Amino acid sequence: MKRFIGFIKKEFYHIFRDRRSLFILFGMPIAQVLLFGFAITNEINNVDVAFFDKSKDAITEEIINKIEASKYFTNKQMITNDAEIESVFKKGKVKAVLVFDTDFSEKLTKENKTTVQIITDATDPNTANTINNYLSSILQKYQQEINKEIKISHQIITQTRMVYNPELKSVFTFVPGVMTVILMLVSAMMTSISITREKELGTMEILLVSPLKPFQVILGKVFPYIFLSVINAVVIVLLSIFIFKMPIEGSLFLFGFESVLFIINALSLGILISTISSTQQTAMMISLMGLMLPVILLSGFIFPIASMPLPLQMISHIIPAKWFIIIIKAILLKGVGLSFIWKETLVLIGMTLFFIVLSVKKYKIRLE
Amino acid sequence: MKNNNVIEVENLTKKFGDFTAVNSITFEVKKGEIFGFLGANGAGKTTAMKMLIGISKPTSGKAQVAGFDVFTHPEDIKKNIGYMSQKFALYDDLTVKENITFFGGIYGLSRAKIKEKRCELVEELGLKEIVNELVGSLPLGWKQKISFSIALLHSPTIVFLDEPTGGVDPITRRQFWEMIYKSANSGTTIFVTTHYMDEAEYCDRVSIMVDGKIEALDTPKKLKLQFKAATMDEVFLKLARSPSPTLPEEKGVNI
Amino acid sequence: MSISVKNISKSFKKVTAVNDVSFEVKEGELFGLIGPDGAGKTTIFRMLTTLLIPENGSATVAGFDVVDDYKEIRNNVGYMPGKFSLYQDLTVEENLDFFATIFGTTIEENYELIKDIYVQIEPFKKRRAGKLSGGMKQKLALSCALIHKPKVLFLDEPTTGVDPVSRKEFWEMLKRLQQKGITILVSTPYMDEAALCDRIALIQDGKILQIDTPQEIIKHYPKKIYDVRADNMYRLIESLKSFEHHYSVYPFGEFVHYTDKRDDFNPQELQLYLEAKDHQNIKIEITTTTIEDTFMELAK
Repeated sequence: MKRFIGFIKKEFYHIFRDRRSLFILFGMPIAQVLLFGFAITNEINNVDVAFFDKSKDAITEEIINKIEASKYFTNKQMITNDAEIESVFKKGKVKAVLVFDTDFSEKLTKENKTTVQIITDATDPNTANTINNYLSSILQKYQQEINKEIKISHQIITQTRMVYNPELKSVFTFVPGVMTVILMLVSAMMTSISITREKELGTMEILLVSPLKPFQVILGKVFPYIFLSVINAVVIVLLSIFIFKMPIEGSLFLFGFESVLFIINALSLGILISTISSTQQTAMMISLMGLMLPVILLSGFIFPIASMPLPLQMISHIIPAKWFIIIIKAILLKGVGLSFIWKETLVLIGMTLFFIVLSVKKYKIRLE
Repeated sequence: MKNNNVIEVENLTKKFGDFTAVNSITFEVKKGEIFGFLGANGAGKTTAMKMLIGISKPTSGKAQVAGFDVFTHPEDIKKNIGYMSQKFALYDDLTVKENITFFGGIYGLSRAKIKEKRCELVEELGLKEIVNELVGSLPLGWKQKISFSIALLHSPTIVFLDEPTGGVDPITRRQFWEMIYKSANSGTTIFVTTHYMDEAEYCDRVSIMVDGKIEALDTPKKLKLQFKAATMDEVFLKLARSPSPTLPEEKGVNI
Repeated sequence: MSISVKNISKSFKKVTAVNDVSFEVKEGELFGLIGPDGAGKTTIFRMLTTLLIPENGSATVAGFDVVDDYKEIRNNVGYMPGKFSLYQDLTVEENLDFFATIFGTTIEENYELIKDIYVQIEPFKKRRAGKLSGGMKQKLALSCALIHKPKVLFLDEPTTGVDPVSRKEFWEMLKRLQQKGITILVSTPYMDEAALCDRIALIQDGKILQIDTPQEIIKHYPKKIYDVRADNMYRLIESLKSFEHHYSVYPFGEFVHYTDKRDDFNPQELQLYLEAKDHQNIKIEITTTTIEDTFMELAK
């Protein structure tokens, strides 16, 4: 036990003396959360739109006012002919153009039918989609309002309600993702680098020719990073609560348990990486390419898994991060208990055990 | 440049913060001379050498190498010198031929010239069988011989050799020195550091640095007389007290 | 026997690093493996310190088999690898303390053993190991390898790249350790250090050339060696090499070591030959053989 404590003490010396790594270790989570929270977002705000009103009557004006009044859109300009539509798009002045047909209100009252055209700039398809949805919903709402007066017997009214994240705040969905990425990075990359550094320095040779047992070396290497990762997880959650006002619906205890589970999972991956790489550089490359990319691309963090092609969906199953994201989204946003996520938890536990066994087996007691 | 000196150094000093790594050294090296630059670890040899090859700026003093000032024309110095260090010599993952072509290229030799030099080199060192082998697979002695030849590829006025024979077997070490003699004989100046004191005897003149200063400078013969010693090893032991135990904080002492 | 090596071999891919090597080191002996880089010294060390498994043959260290009893060996040996292998970002004291702890001991417990060495670096114990000079690093590494009072000490090229002063001090330390009953296996590329060992094995290209005491090895050199000197060293070597009876010509410090093919060689003859070649200040005299002469003869 004394040996083990001595080892951990040494590890902390390494960590705290390497200012640059320490800065990355704690600066990165904060920077990432803020970045994703503020800059990268699915929400739209103050999108510029233009109107081509061929009718210019009371109803079109009312609709225009309603759109302008919403916080999502600002009226950039009025267009007077078809040619201008293309030119405003090309100049990048607006993201969407609304075209009202001629005799808009007349057709609406007489024929009960009229058309409005929504043209969006789809160079950024996600935004275009969102703009489209927002505009449609404003139009629909207006339609319902005027329909109240005219009684129509059969009618289906769609009522959309967003649950768990009613304001569609994307920061809430990013927090679990960012946390996953950071825990993975800190745990897996940092441990694999710290183990391979000893190999590079030649100190591993001395550790091997000492009475330290393999599991003592591994545990000693891993333990400080469990500690640091937990601190990171706490920092991220605190930032989300206090800066982005994210509600924590579920049990913090359960959340803590799952996080530690995931951290151990990532650490065992880190050990596994260190057993197959002999230099810090390789360890870093493998961690970045082999872990970070799948975590960012295939875990459902940024791109929804359901819309991936089947082979990629299959691959996503073997990525621990995917299961962790499902779990913490469920805990943080839905507030569910273990009874709803026991399956995912079990998958994570299974993966962790597998990696630990594999890395202890692969850990070499000699140089070859 | 006055007279026949290829290196002229006057009160050259390099400080790292409070620490004076090289303390006002003065010496000159004549054309075609084999100049041994000795000193204990941390005595300031490497720092001094770095200033002379134009990759470290002196704090004060004067120094001219191959006719160029180290303060104002470090780039010209680099073009006119050859450099070989034990730590970095050749690319292990390139073949002998590729290494020659590469180093010839960075010194601006024409393709025809490189080819001519390569054939010369292959002939001289008997490299025919290994010219297409990866350098990494060659024994250390071979590597050192080849990298010395490569340092001479662009016919520099002076070659700096930083511990060129460390760990090399005794026979190859001697063959290496015969190569040094040969190029010195044809007019190339050799500036060499070594930890083998028998090699110090091979030099025309030897300087011994202690704690940043040159404490002795003469021919091996005269040094032995001066210090009443039978060998250069004894001279060195008498002169170089126990080396200073620590390097400066901002070290940059080792290349 | 403290170390016993029987016919061990080891190869990496195509290269045979160690080829059928056998030797024995007695208890309390200072035994040297002398050979250039790439001779296989490090591979032998790694096999004996249980870091590599020999392909053929067997070896025991302190009575334990290097393959089967590797755990016991790891408890009983001190190892100083060729590269400086301590934590550069830890201070002198922290390094020593760390190694004491992982071997289940304390600095105080074995201070007596390392005292001689450690007092020299103790004034700098708060200094980070990376900031020490070569000689000091080496003393720290030796202290760390000794802190658990090993029965056998393995030192792989401890003096490579170290200046003559520090080298001399280092060998004096080894002599003192030997008196404390520790068996020492040391490797070095410096031939002049061979004379300081009790017994040596000359090694090149994975094969042992000869094993004996330095004195015996020198005694067995078959020829008489002459120191030859003249003003122009380069021309002297050229002339000697073109002398038809020359057997070997090697520069040796300020002299050239010359041996002749014939047993009844008369130096006067060479003197005349060199005079005819216009050499100045010629001096030829018989000299004592060194380990390096023997090594070159065996490695030829």
